[in-house]
Amino acid sequence: MTTWPILSVVTFLPLVGALLVYASRGDDEAARRNARWIALWTTLITFLVSLILVWRFDPAQADFQFVEKAPWLASAITYHMGVDGISLPFVILTTALMPICIIASWKAITLRVREYMMAFLVLETLMVGTFCALDLVLFYLFFEGGLIPMFLIIGVWGGPRRVYASFKFFLYTLLGSVLMLLAIMALYWNAGTSDIPTLMHTAVPHSLQTWAWLAFFASFAVKMPMWPVHTWLPDAHVEAPTAGSVILAAILLKMGGYGFLRFSLPMFPLASHDFAPLIFSLSVIAIIYTSLVALMQEDMKKLIAYSSVAHMGFVTMGIFAGTMQGVAGGVFQMISHGIVSGALFLCVGIVYDRMHTREIAAYGGLVNRMPLYAFVFMVFTLANVGLPGTSGFIGEFMTLIGTFKVDIPTATFATTGVILSAAYALWLYRKVIFGALVKPSLATIKDLTFRECLTLMPLVALTILFGFYPKPVLDISASSVQQLVNNYHTAMTTAVKAAALLQ
Amino acid sequence: MSFESAGYPLLPVLPELVLAVGAMALLMMGAFEGQRTTSLVTTLSICLLVVVGAIELALPSGKLTTFGGSFIVDDFARFLKILSLAGSAVTLILSIEFLADPSRRMFEFAILVLLSTLGMMVLISAGDLIMLYLGLELMSLALYVVAASNRDNAKSTEAGLKYFVLGALSSGMLLYGASLIYGFTGTVAFAGIAAAAKSPSIGIVFGLVFLLAGLCFKVSAVPFHMWTPDVYEGAPTPVTAFFASAPKVAAMAVFTRATLTAFPGIVPQWQQVVVFVSIASMALGSFAAIGQKNIKRLMAYSSIGHMGFALVGLAAGTAEGAQGVLVYLAIYVTMTLGAFTVILAMKRNGQPLEQISDFSGLSRTNPVIAGFFAMLLFSLAGVPWLAGFFAKWYVFVAAIKAGLFTLSVIGVLTSVVGAYYYLFIVKVMYFDEPLTKLDPMRVELRPVLAVTGLFNIFFFAFPAPLVSVATAAAKSLF
Repeated sequence: MTTWPILSVVTFLPLVGALLVYASRGDDEAARRNARWIALWTTLITFLVSLILVWRFDPAQADFQFVEKAPWLASAITYHMGVDGISLPFVILTTALMPICIIASWKAITLRVREYMMAFLVLETLMVGTFCALDLVLFYLFFEGGLIPMFLIIGVWGGPRRVYASFKFFLYTLLGSVLMLLAIMALYWNAGTSDIPTLMHTAVPHSLQTWAWLAFFASFAVKMPMWPVHTWLPDAHVEAPTAGSVILAAILLKMGGYGFLRFSLPMFPLASHDFAPLIFSLSVIAIIYTSLVALMQEDMKKLIAYSSVAHMGFVTMGIFAGTMQGVAGGVFQMISHGIVSGALFLCVGIVYDRMHTREIAAYGGLVNRMPLYAFVFMVFTLANVGLPGTSGFIGEFMTLIGTFKVDIPTATFATTGVILSAAYALWLYRKVIFGALVKPSLATIKDLTFRECLTLMPLVALTILFGFYPKPVLDISASSVQQLVNNYHTAMTTAVKAAALLQ
Repeated sequence: MSFESAGYPLLPVLPELVLAVGAMALLMMGAFEGQRTTSLVTTLSICLLVVVGAIELALPSGKLTTFGGSFIVDDFARFLKILSLAGSAVTLILSIEFLADPSRRMFEFAILVLLSTLGMMVLISAGDLIMLYLGLELMSLALYVVAASNRDNAKSTEAGLKYFVLGALSSGMLLYGASLIYGFTGTVAFAGIAAAAKSPSIGIVFGLVFLLAGLCFKVSAVPFHMWTPDVYEGAPTPVTAFFASAPKVAAMAVFTRATLTAFPGIVPQWQQVVVFVSIASMALGSFAAIGQKNIKRLMAYSSIGHMGFALVGLAAGTAEGAQGVLVYLAIYVTMTLGAFTVILAMKRNGQPLEQISDFSGLSRTNPVIAGFFAMLLFSLAGVPWLAGFFAKWYVFVAAIKAGLFTLSVIGVLTSVVGAYYYLFIVKVMYFDEPLTKLDPMRVELRPVLAVTGLFNIFFFAFPAPLVSVATAAAKSLF
């Protein structure tokens, strides 16, 4: 077994990098270059260390692995870290996307580079920590702490309406989370500990389940984001710098889904079952409504932001279906969406860097000057649509199958979302890429540079690989998902039996 | 000694005696040698506070009482006394610059701070209503004078006068309440009152409400907060830092001790008052601060809000609640002193700046100060991983255990509103266009900012020492 605290290293290595960046004083070109290289190497090394996790991970085991435990606040609140098949894919997704984000910001960020890199590295620590934490208080610390760097990233390096967007992002998310904090406290007193594995096996009274579920829902629904509390997302996405949008779409949104999987379903199975119709309704509304809204957008980033809300609708639907396919599909869809939406934001960032506009109407006929770009953009557009052969298909298909077993009307309505997503995504692609290149401003636009290929090609490869061969992700998560689903159904049947006995 | 033989050991009051004698000696020194001794008196005062703190820690452990139980030294008192002494000492460090101005040289300033601190220590140890009043008045009278210490400034004078008049009114209410309680229980000792007030009688409840009103004034809780913004704005900045730190600790201490040890039999009676005051303070502190342009006024509303949060712990009425109050106070004092250090450092061309717009673009002209201040503000807002989050965690966790769900929900919601105005300052510092660089920060301010700032940022890594000391201190009340 491991002899060194590998999870803590993965979590806090970026923080060390941030301190190194801080130590490299100065504001000239050399200092900026230093900051960039330090950030890149830190994220790369973190990624490599996190790959050791994959290598040593035992997929057959459903329980938490690489567990670390140390005393912290009180005897019942400890520094407890560990990953299982559900959290590991998210850890890898985070560490893998970070170097890409750093490379994507290489040229785009020229102002206050040191602070920018520090904010990203601190953010990485907090994101990885969120997925590794096995103590509710520790989880909350990482979960909420991420607001501070993201607030600064949007506010300092964002677009013209950055102040509005950053405040909306911060306050919206905080509002949801403080209610979760109270529920965490209630759970703490109920079980006498805030240890997540213990809490998963502690029976919670039905009434407390209902309230705690609602409080956790308030936080995760905002983070996810679900309709109707999604309105911060388009603003935040549009104003954030490219790398900020990538992190937001690829990882921060996943924390909501991860929260549902880690807390709502295992800790409050009865409440989850009670509220499943609510989740189904909100998911279907999100899928159909936000897809329609996406059809009307004039800003490329906003369109992708709305499509993210729709895709997250599939995730929540799949998770709360409570079936093996639904939950596994939800996990897969989140990973796939992390790759695809992150890549789409990178694509938008690439033309934005050249033209400094994200308006769809300002583009057209890019295929004539940027064939490589057109190809890459096509792969991700089709993955976004959910075309078989791309990773997007697997996730949507599995969540739909999982839901069909439970609730046919929901699944039927959700399926129309697949068609709608094809409508807006292909419309966007046609407007931007196809047609004649008539706009004079586009006449000299250049195709992808080597640096941009470096950010996009790994994602292209992963999108197609997971489209044809999703096994790696599904295998890692399989036994943990199986255990989650089993526990969920056991809790349900026990409750039914208990109710029958009472009668 | 005659005191000892009469059964009044002097050992428990040794720190207070040293402080009183030391303050008198320094007063003599100033009186005979004149204003040129100002800086020397200030330095010696800081040393004296450190010595008193050391003596306090060196006292035998356990619960010590003297003067027939009216003076109590337990872990609760030790914790808060050290906190008040630290707050006062840091305030004196912060006021070195203020006193260095030739037009404002006054050795009395440090003496008054010492006497006020003496009052706080008596207040924290008070075991009966007489001792409570004695300490409260000693503390307050000195505070009225320091509020007006900028003698040539109309605002400062107004602040002193306003504070005095309203403070006298609140003392009157407190005395009235105390006399009612005495009349209906036949004793002034907290332990005696607790034995007599097993069930609520109209007289005791009446007296209790007046007593609480007087105490609410001292912690500047709504609806007795009106003086706070004016006094905070008018008083010289080091004095404002003082008001926001040590006296709040002492007043909160006696609030906690009086309610928990004198009225444990009628918890629901005072609990509803505390719950109301707490909700009102949190709400007003959050909403009223939004429109403020002056940073000191904003800090005044912020402190009103924070006292509301601390009262959440008290409202629980349990050992966990008392522990929450203690942790809250300790973290609050560090955050506030850090914030005021930054406000004191806000100078351009020798002119002190107090408008929030003066912070514009500070992150680019003075990145270190801005960085620390931003972290302090996030901490004041209660965002994890910073220390302010843990402060809120402990008070709310106690409230949840006590079943005060409505209070908790309202509390956390107001904290989100409060986050808005703290964020607004961060926005001004980080998102807005920079002005010119600040004057170099004075040498004595740097360590204060570094210690408070780093404490805030890294508290999460080593929370155990403070928390365990606070746990022991809270237990000593029960």
